[in-house]
Order: sequence, then structure tokens, then C-alpha cells
Amino acid sequence: MITAAAQEREHYLNASYGLKSWLLTKDHKRIGLLYLATITLFFFIGGAFATLIRVELLTPQGDLVSSETYNKLFTMHGVMMIFFFLIPSIPAVLGNFFLPMMIGARDLAFPKLNLLSWYLLVVGGLFSLYAMLAGGVDTGWTFYTPYSTTYSNGYVIATALGIFIAGFSSILTGLNFIVTIHRMRAPGMTWFRMPLFVWAHYATSLIQVLGTPVLAVTIVLLFLERVFHLGIFDPARGGDPVLFQHLFWFYSHPAVYIMVLPSMGVVSEIISTFSRKAIFGYRIVAFSSVAIAVLGFLVWGHHLFVSGQSLYAGMVFSFLSYFVAIPSAIKVFNWTATLYKGSISFQTPMLYALGFIGLFTIGGLTGLFVAALGIDIHVTDTYFVVAHFHYIMVGGALMGYLGGMHFWWPKMTGRMYPEGWAKLSALVIFLGFNLTFFPQFILGYLGMPRRYHVYPPEFQVLNVLSTAGASVLAVGYMIPMIYFIWSLRYGKEAPANPWGATGLEWQTSSPPPVHNFEETPVVTHGAYDYASLMAEEAEVG
Amino acid sequence: MADHAPTETLALRVQFDTEAQQKDAATLGMWLFLITEIMFFGGMFAVYTVYRSWYPDVFAIASSSLNEIIGALNTGVLLLSSFTMVLAVRAGQLGQQKAIVMFLILTLLFGGVFLGVKAYEWNQKFEEHHIPGQAAFHLDGVLPGDQGHAQLFFSIYFAMTGLHALHMVIGVGILLILIVQARKGRFSASYYTPVDVAGLYWHFVDIIWIFLFPLLYLIDRHLVK
Amino acid sequence: MGKFQLFPVQASTLAPEVDHLLYFLLAVTVFFTVLIFGAIFYFAIKYRRRSENELPHVQHTGYTLEILWSVIPFGITMVMFTWGASIFFTASKPPNNAIQIYAVGKQWMWKLEHLEGQREINELHIPVNTPVRLTMASEDVIHSFFVPAFRTKQDVVPGRYSTTWFTATKPGKYHLFCAEYCGTNHSGMIGWVYAMEPMDYQNWLSGGAAEGSMAETGKKLFEQLACNNCHKEDNSGRGPNLVGVFGKQVQLAGGGVVTADEAYFRESILQPQAKIVSGFEPVMPTFQGLVTEEQLVQLVEYVKSLGPKPGTGPVDNGQKPAPKKSSNAGSTPANR
Repeated sequence: MITAAAQEREHYLNASYGLKSWLLTKDHKRIGLLYLATITLFFFIGGAFATLIRVELLTPQGDLVSSETYNKLFTMHGVMMIFFFLIPSIPAVLGNFFLPMMIGARDLAFPKLNLLSWYLLVVGGLFSLYAMLAGGVDTGWTFYTPYSTTYSNGYVIATALGIFIAGFSSILTGLNFIVTIHRMRAPGMTWFRMPLFVWAHYATSLIQVLGTPVLAVTIVLLFLERVFHLGIFDPARGGDPVLFQHLFWFYSHPAVYIMVLPSMGVVSEIISTFSRKAIFGYRIVAFSSVAIAVLGFLVWGHHLFVSGQSLYAGMVFSFLSYFVAIPSAIKVFNWTATLYKGSISFQTPMLYALGFIGLFTIGGLTGLFVAALGIDIHVTDTYFVVAHFHYIMVGGALMGYLGGMHFWWPKMTGRMYPEGWAKLSALVIFLGFNLTFFPQFILGYLGMPRRYHVYPPEFQVLNVLSTAGASVLAVGYMIPMIYFIWSLRYGKEAPANPWGATGLEWQTSSPPPVHNFEETPVVTHGAYDYASLMAEEAEVG
Repeated sequence: MADHAPTETLALRVQFDTEAQQKDAATLGMWLFLITEIMFFGGMFAVYTVYRSWYPDVFAIASSSLNEIIGALNTGVLLLSSFTMVLAVRAGQLGQQKAIVMFLILTLLFGGVFLGVKAYEWNQKFEEHHIPGQAAFHLDGVLPGDQGHAQLFFSIYFAMTGLHALHMVIGVGILLILIVQARKGRFSASYYTPVDVAGLYWHFVDIIWIFLFPLLYLIDRHLVK
Repeated sequence: MGKFQLFPVQASTLAPEVDHLLYFLLAVTVFFTVLIFGAIFYFAIKYRRRSENELPHVQHTGYTLEILWSVIPFGITMVMFTWGASIFFTASKPPNNAIQIYAVGKQWMWKLEHLEGQREINELHIPVNTPVRLTMASEDVIHSFFVPAFRTKQDVVPGRYSTTWFTATKPGKYHLFCAEYCGTNHSGMIGWVYAMEPMDYQNWLSGGAAEGSMAETGKKLFEQLACNNCHKEDNSGRGPNLVGVFGKQVQLAGGGVVTADEAYFRESILQPQAKIVSGFEPVMPTFQGLVTEEQLVQLVEYVKSLGPKPGTGPVDNGQKPAPKKSSNAGSTPANR
């Protein structure tokens, strides 16, 4: 696994061996890899549920599983993917690994807390997994009352408890990142010299810290009501089921920005590197990340347009929802403008980043549809919404994650992945993804509701197309699994900076040493300063 | 051998460059954590606000069934505990080993008294049949059609005071650990950060109670009776 | 109805309005998608790296572009907002002359009741070119009444009334779906809306209910439950006289005014102490647990039939009845 040359040099992977050295590590890089293993497992479990869903939906009747099972499948797919894959993904793997390096620090501010965060995710995931194996939960990942408090017979509490515990993982990671960014930047690393990846994670961490506790208390109330029959959401006692929705979405809307902002940070790094040009409008892009985080807290009511909130509340939330679209649009324009007069090369990370921009644009534009009150009446709770959020979460966030994994794989492992296979799978994923989810926009506008086990026969053709796409997508995801593992042993040895990228992490060896830098760097220029980089490299020869 | 990191001390861990940086980071971290706690309790305060605005009269009657004298005395006990906590931090700043231990123990004792009184109050509610969700629930002075709303008040009462008590129990646990560490001489004038940040936590839990007490015990007291 | 379609039929007055906004949004989407994809393709090809040591030297100065591509999209989104909000406003205000039908959702079926007494399960017959106001209740969990061909949807929340309305424009048979996940048979909680020519609808109505109109059934309940012991029509009872009270502003004990609409009636039956009429004692017992949602709507229709305000009252879109110190927004329906 370690090449001869690398064996001579000590780095974070070979500095110590044994299970304890991993399970009790305080090294942010090792913790990043622990997370990588964990979330990959959760991703494939969530993907297995998705596969079963799509296979069932090949036919209008319910012939693969019972309705009760189907309802559990879509619930558990959502729970796994959102709470145990997407929310941790980039921050926990790439953020943990690279944030300290990018700002010139030896580690995060609180390494032991970082390890605790990982354990919390694992324990939370095991709780929810236990619930799924013991019989499953069928409330939808949204747990609306009174179904979840009074009527559902599934393992609501165990699942919710797992999410609650994982929530603390998210909060502590966010807390760690904020303190690290504020207090541990190397000399000369001013705020506006930080890579945009760091800005994106700062904004994400703000949301994690401020929003997740509200989810936690909502779960506590759900627990108290279901177990002790308290009555907070019980209409018979004057309680309000819609109050649950307000509390739930107050977190769960900002949560979608937790899922997509880090990806945007990755895209900024990749676009810049493979255009060999600074990101156009650096400050604007940095501020837009923070703006998205702030504005994201003001729009939760757009999930309640037909739920029974007042007409005027609906108007306010619709208005603000259009506001939050603007910073995202600005980023897309800025990334595109970065390409102008750049020097563009098309290795796999760039393919994923460009794919992100395209698919996020479509997903984001369809957000404008659902933000329109008049249209949302028709499309809410249909496949239109399902398509919208999968375009952002899968076409956007997941593509960004894969792009980042390819971009930083050489740094993390000291190995190159096979470029040909990687490009192929990027293409397969892009095509499979669009075939899976584009038909769902049409299905939604036609009126096919979401969370439907059986459906009227006229919706079958589009469902078959979607399932066909899903099978292509599944293949697309398998291929990287295989070649990444293959590369650990057979991949070409990676130099310190295979892409000619700026950023402190590229100035250290691949894989990096235990304490990241031989000496604490002193920063003298901004991020994305390719001129200085190439001058230095010319000097070194 | 590429590892140039210096040996670690309590006051200067390997990831930090200076002791001041470490202390600063720890304090910022605790403040951030307290902000998450504000959001956490905030959700419950939001629920309280909604239901009190919908059912003000029932909430007033239900609130008056709580013993405000005991509540006020308990509030005083908690404030006292915050005071002794401050003194413990001060002792830390001055490096007074014995005083640190003594004040931490006093804080612990006052906290324990608070929790004991809380247990008594909860027991009272049980005896008066004010436990929501039970068939025997009944609040005097409130008509049958509004008993459900009264249950809402007590749901909120138990949820909020329960959550607060849970935070106090965790605080008590933290104090115990600190006492053990202090007795072993772990803290000094140059390193008392854990006492400092634990103090922040303890004060926060106290402040939550300062809000809970009037909101739960004193609704319309000047009107009812 | 097994035909493959790519676009839903327009069968209500609302549908073309919603679709027009959709077309606008589609146009904007296509425009920006083509713009971005096009720009990316163009730049990617034109500026592809030609040599390894190539280093672009581009200075971008000024914020002009940034301002332009913030302000213009913002302007476009404001058009979308205003347009969408105005459709929403229309969809929330049933016209005064709408006919009233009740829907009760329960796991896993829709029960529809016409005032004349006809009851339907999972089917709703309505006349075309006539506004229909649907007042809905749930017996258990949250459901949602969704008719794609009409472009209408409204959640049905337990503990309150929700309202939706539509005017069908084309006779035909249209899907009715429950659109809020409600348990095991959520996808089985579906049915059909039959829009009929007015003559056919009248024929269908008269073929109808054996038990009599909703108001008649409600009257029987009113007597069975002994409501008439206190609510007497000669003002001699312990409770207020209910004749002619529907739609009127009612003075409450302790100050404040409320409009006597369906939600107020329902609340007063289930939580009598919530809004007591001024001048009366709080002696009415609660009927919570003693009447089903179906019986509630029948009682409500009976009280409404005691006159005087015909047709619709203010929209009750699932909101809690107005708080004590203010009155419900008056009825200002848009006429469609």
C-alpha cells in the first residue's frame, strides 16, 4: 500500500499502526478517513433502499413489496441519505482533512472533540440502522405529527434518537471549524486570503451550530409526545400539528444549505485550479456563502404553503425564498466568468465541477418554480419537488463531493486514481442522473404525488425511464468505489501537487506528514495566486 | 524524523502556538456551545409563546397552581450557586488550590439542593394529578372543555423544567470531575480554563432558569386570586 | 384514463393561470440554462489549455458585472413572486356564490357530503362553471386534497377546518389524490372528481340521498344531543339563539369580536369556553369525543341553514379561529 519512496518518508498513514492508533486518533486527517469509511457505508445502505424503491416503481401496482414496507423504504432512504450521508459528507471528510491545512494549522482547535464527533455519527447511525433492521420506520424523513406521535407503528423513537445523536456530531464539527477558522490561521492568512472552500465551511458551520439544536429540541418534543403522551402537537387537547412542521423546517430548510454550501466550496477550488485562474469575484463569492447561510434561516415557511399557515405568512416566505436564490445565482455566474480567458484542462475533478454547475443551475432554477405560491399549490408534495431536491442534492452536492474526492485523493492517499475510468464514470453518472430525475419533473407536474407505492397506469412510462436511469446511475457509482480501492495498491504515486493548484495543502507532501507542515507557513499572498506559484516552481526547477 | 511538534502541556496543546491562543479558543468554543443551547431551549420557548398566546387564561390558572414561594427560593439557591462558581473561578485566577475545591463543592451542593427541590415540586404535581397524558389529569378552576389546554401548560412545564434539570445534572457531573481534578492540583493561575468554561456553562443554565421561573410560575399573578 | 400524457389537462379556471406562470418560469429556465451551458461550452473550448506552462494574465476590475447579474435576476424573481402571489391570493378566496360541499378525510378514504344529503366515498360530483367551496376536516392525521387537473391542493389538518375552492370548466373525470403522507394506504387514498354539465349534475343530485340534506341530518343531531335545550329560537334558553347568526359579527364575553363562521361553530361545539358570547354564562358542556367530524359538519350546516347569510363566509384556510382581541378578516372574495 505504501510505495518504496513513501516508505522512506513518514507521513500520517504510516506514523503509527494498529486499530487503537486509528480508533483513538486525534489527527484530523485520520478522522477524515474514518468518516469516509462510515459515510460510504451509509451511502450504499441509502442507495440500496433507493434501488428497491425504483424497482418497485417500474410497475403501477405494488408487486415487489407491501405498502407498509414501501413506506419504510422511502423513509429510511431519506433518513440515511440526509442525516448520515449528505450532512456529514464534505465537511466531515474533506473539511476535516483539509481545513486545518488550508489555513496553515497543525490540526483543528479541538481534536478530541473531533474524534467524539465521529463516534457520535457512528453511534447515531447504528441506532437508526438498528431501527431499520428491527422493523423499520414509515413516517417519512419529515416525521409529521400526528402520524408520527400517535398513529405510526414503526420504530420512530429509535430512528429519531439516532438522528438526535448524529445531530450533535454535526454541531460539534461546526463548532470546531468556527473556532479553528477564527483562532488558528497561520501568520499572514487573513480572512480574505483564505480559500473559498474555507469560507464555504465557515458558512456551513454557522448553520450547523445555529440550526441543528432546533432539530434536536423538535425530536425531544416528538419523543416526549410519543412516549409520555404530553400533547404538544395533539389537536384534541388544543395542540397544533402544524407547529411541529414549523419547528422541523426551521432546521431542515437551512439543512439543505449545510448539504450544498461545502460542495460549492469544492467547486470553487476545482474551477480555479483547472482554469489556472483566480475565482472571478472572490469577495462576492465569499460573502454569498455567508448570505446563503443567513437568508436560509428565513424561508422555512415555503414548505408550509398549503399546510395551513396564513396567506400573509405564505407571501412573506415566498418573497424571502426568492432572495435566497440570488447569492446562489451569483456564484454560478462567477464560476462561469472564471473560465473566461482561463487555461482550462479537463481532468475528472473539472468534469464533476462543470457538471455541478450545470445540474445545480437546473435544480436551482426549479427552486424558483416551487417558490412561486401559485405553482407550489400544484407541485408541492409531488414528484416535481422530488426532482428539484435530487437535482441539487445529487446533481449538485454529491457531484461536488465526488469531484472533491478525485481532486484531493492524490493528497490524501499519495496515489493517483486511473483517469480514464474516472472520466468514464463521471459521464455515466451525469447521464444516468439526468435520465433518472428529469422525467420526475414531468411526473410531478402531471400530478403524481410523492411517497406513492402504487400509481395510476398513465404514469408508468416516465417511471420506467426514471428507473432505467437509476440503474445507470448505480453502475456509475460502483465504478469509483472499485478504482479508488484499486488505486490504493496499484495507483501511480502522486506528487505533492499533481494539478498545479494553489493552496497550502499542496505545498506539503502527498500524503502529508503527521503535523501537516514541517514548519508553520507564513502566508504572503492571496488564494489562487498562480503567478507566484508558477514562479516558485520555476525557481525550484 | 519529521515530527517537530513540542511536547504537550495542559496549557499548551500541540495544535496551538501560544497558551493565550489555546485559552482564547476554549472560551470561544464554550460561547459557541452556549449559543447552540440558546437555540435548543429557544425551540421550547417558541412553543410556550404560541400556546400561551392562544390560551392565556388557562395558562394563568395553571401557572398559579405552582408554588411561587418555593420557586423563588429555588431561584435564589441557583443564583447563590452561580456566585460560588464565580468565586471558584476567581480562586483559579489566583491559584488558590484549596479555595477552588471549596467553592466548587459549594456550587455542587447548591445545585444539588435545587435539584432536590425540583424533585419535590414534580412529586407535588404528581399528587395533584397535574401530569399531562394521564387519565386522572384534572386542574381545578378550569372547565372540562379546557382541561386539554391545561395539559398543554403542564406538558411545557415538565418538558422545560425537565430539560433544564437535565442540564443541571450534566453540570453537576462536570463539577464532580472538576473537583476531583482540582484536588489533584491540576489547576493553577496559569491554567484554570476548565473551571472558567465550566463556569460559563453553569451561569448559562442559571440564566435559563431566570427566564423559566417567571414564565412558568408568575403568569398573571397580580390578577389571579 | 390510461393514456400517456406529458402535460395535465386544464379543467378549472385556475389551471390556465397556473400554467401561464409555468410557461414564464420555463422560458426563464431555458434561457438561463442555455446561457450558462452555452457559456461553459464556449469558454471550455475556446480557452482550453494549449501548453503546460500557460498562465492566464487577466485582471478583472470593478463590480459592474456583479451588480448587473444580481439586480437583473432579482428583478425577474420579483416578477415571479408577484405573479405567483396573485394566483395564490385568488386560489385562497372562494367567490361568494360558490356552492358548499364538505370533505372529511380519514385513513384511507375521502368522504364527501353535499348539502342536499348525498354522500360519496372517494368520488365527488360537481357541476361545471360553478364555483365549489370545499370545507374539509380530518378524522385522524394530516391528509391533503389534490386535484391535478384543477391545479388545487390543500392540506387537511386534524383539529381545524381547511378550505379550498375550484370552478371546473370541462366536463370529465379527474384524478383526486391524497397528497400528504398519511400511513400505510396513502397511495390508495385516491378517487375521482366528476365534473358534469349542470343539468346532469341536477339529475345526479336528485337521484340522491335517502336521509335528507345535511342540514336535515344536522337538525336531527341537534335534537338528539339536546342542543335545543339551551339554544332556543325564542331567546329564552341559557345559550344564544342561533337563528340568523351565521356570518355575523359576535360580541364575546371579555371583549373582542369574532365572525360566526364554520370554524367558530365547530370550535364552540368542541371547546365551548374558548369564545363565549357576551352576556352568557360558560355552562355549555363540551362535545369533544361525542361527535365525529362528519357529524360536526352536519351540525354546522344545520346552524347555517337557520339563516341569514347564504353561501360563503370568510375563508378559513386552516387558520386557528381569530384570536379574541381582533375580528376575522372580512370576506373580500375575488370573483372569478
